[in-house]
Amino acid sequence: MHDDPIITVRNLTNRFGKTVVHDGLDLDVMRGEVLGVIGASGCGKSLLLRTIVGLQKPAAGQITVMGTDVLTTKPGGARAVEDMWGVMFQDGALFSSLTVRENVEAPMREKLAIDADTRTALADLRISMVGLPPRAGDLYPSELSGGMRKRAGLARALALDPEILFLDEPTAGLDPIGASEFDVLIRSMQKTLGLTVFLVTHDLDTLHATCDRIAVLADKKVLVTGTMADMMSVEHPWVHAYFHGPRAHAAQPTEGVN
Amino acid sequence: MRSNLAAESEGALPKQAGLTGPVTLANLSQSRAALDGLPASDALDLTGVTKLDTAGAWLITSFQATRAAEGKPVTIVGAKDTQALLLRAVSDALKPAPKAPKRRVHHEAGDGLFRLGESVNGLAMGIGGSLGFLGLVIGRLGNTVLHPSRLRLTALVHHMQHAGLNAVPIVALMGFLIGIVLAFQGSEQLKQFGAEVYVVDLIAISILRELGILLTAIIVAGRSASAFTAAIGSMKMREEVDAMRVLGLDPIELLVLPRVLALVILLPVLGFIASMAGLLGGGLMAWIDLGISPGMFRTQLLVNTDVSHLLVGLSKAPVFAVIIAVVGCHQGMQVKGNTESLGSRTSRSVVVAIFLVIVVDALFSIFFALLGV
Repeated sequence: MHDDPIITVRNLTNRFGKTVVHDGLDLDVMRGEVLGVIGASGCGKSLLLRTIVGLQKPAAGQITVMGTDVLTTKPGGARAVEDMWGVMFQDGALFSSLTVRENVEAPMREKLAIDADTRTALADLRISMVGLPPRAGDLYPSELSGGMRKRAGLARALALDPEILFLDEPTAGLDPIGASEFDVLIRSMQKTLGLTVFLVTHDLDTLHATCDRIAVLADKKVLVTGTMADMMSVEHPWVHAYFHGPRAHAAQPTEGVN
Repeated sequence: MRSNLAAESEGALPKQAGLTGPVTLANLSQSRAALDGLPASDALDLTGVTKLDTAGAWLITSFQATRAAEGKPVTIVGAKDTQALLLRAVSDALKPAPKAPKRRVHHEAGDGLFRLGESVNGLAMGIGGSLGFLGLVIGRLGNTVLHPSRLRLTALVHHMQHAGLNAVPIVALMGFLIGIVLAFQGSEQLKQFGAEVYVVDLIAISILRELGILLTAIIVAGRSASAFTAAIGSMKMREEVDAMRVLGLDPIELLVLPRVLALVILLPVLGFIASMAGLLGGGLMAWIDLGISPGMFRTQLLVNTDVSHLLVGLSKAPVFAVIIAVVGCHQGMQVKGNTESLGSRTSRSVVVAIFLVIVVDALFSIFFALLGV
């Protein structure tokens, strides 16, 4: 199943004025894998995610998601694809005027004709599956801690049972225990739901714990993709510094145990 | 989507029933109908299920739970490994049976009294808070007078441009139109007594004394009080105000004082512009409608209207300016962490500012009447 690309990005170019962020970027995401996207701050990781989900119009290039060209398809036509992905933004991006349960219900309310009881039950199920206590459903986003907000954001991203999950820095700002719990959660969700996960991260532990493959963004394109073991032998100075730096050595033992 | 889902009882195994096709969120109602239509049996065959998601797994799990509660437990057979994993995950998640406590609405004898007390208390606290904030601003203002170098000149000029200069066209247009309306309506009435020429006094006194400055203040309250609340409120939401505090910077001095001073300096100017535009509009209308020539208008104006009327009007402007700016900034400072509170604070700041401007204008009228000015 690892040679069946679900997302293909070809020759993508993004520029703001004279600043070129992506220049002829190519990337494949395979069905059923967890792909970790890393790169220096400001190299356009989040921008790549935003471009794929249609929040940013690229200057040039082609993006195909599940066989549909998302850049040329009319908004109505892209609907089918939009229902197939869920996006979790960095700080959850929950609607602040709605409770957590209403947040999770919102996509179902808009997209599906199902009765209120079923919707509430499904929302509660999602809230429980991402590891939030049941009472969290009645709380407003401003009453949640950072980790809970991220979990609630994940629950909303999963509301329509997507096939592809985009996660933007899911463990940033979490304490190490919360972060590793989140890693386990992502991995188990991916296994049980058969998701394809596109994960933007800085966190080496997350890469070790969750990712099947890693794509490195540098020099305005995807420099290299491969498994963790492949990364160790890449000679590019930034990649070398990333995987051989002091923090990388601290993260290493987890890999050994796995 | 075509529902290729069917409840089928296989002939060889009469005690077993199965689902076929996709059991997903998209066709949840068909799947539920199929499940309800299943013949009573002690096994549910999932061999034919091509696609299962959490919603489908939830449906099957809750179906199992209902049957078990009725004393007719159902076992799942023929589920693929991934489907079994999903079913287990979903039933684990459902385990604590999160029955949300129903929120009950209480109706008790003292409720009305309680709400009355609460709103009176809220009002008193609100007035107290606003007065406290006003005191704080005045204190900082005194500080700035003692140390003029602390004044943020760039911010002051910026706000003078946005709240003052940019408001000139709308304020002038408003004054001009008010002048026209007054001249037209006044002349209609005064014609009946043959006292058309007194329309000049009517226009001059009402615009210079009251309407010019009052309507200017109302427009500026709508324009700038809301802008102040939104700007400070969004800074509050993004913790910029907290960042200032921990850096040892005073948000009152940085955010509030420049805005207050900008309005105090420019509201009299705006009021003056509105009054002059009003006289112009009134004069034009008097000329067209009543044939009072500009020269006659000028003579009548100089003879009968004392300059004290304009001074009375303009003397109110700084007070209105303080009210508008302080209300706008104070509401902004009270914004909490969510977007809804930003919206409600913004609208409240406009309402409160306009209301207070009108109340204070009434008090001024009484005061000047007592003074005999």
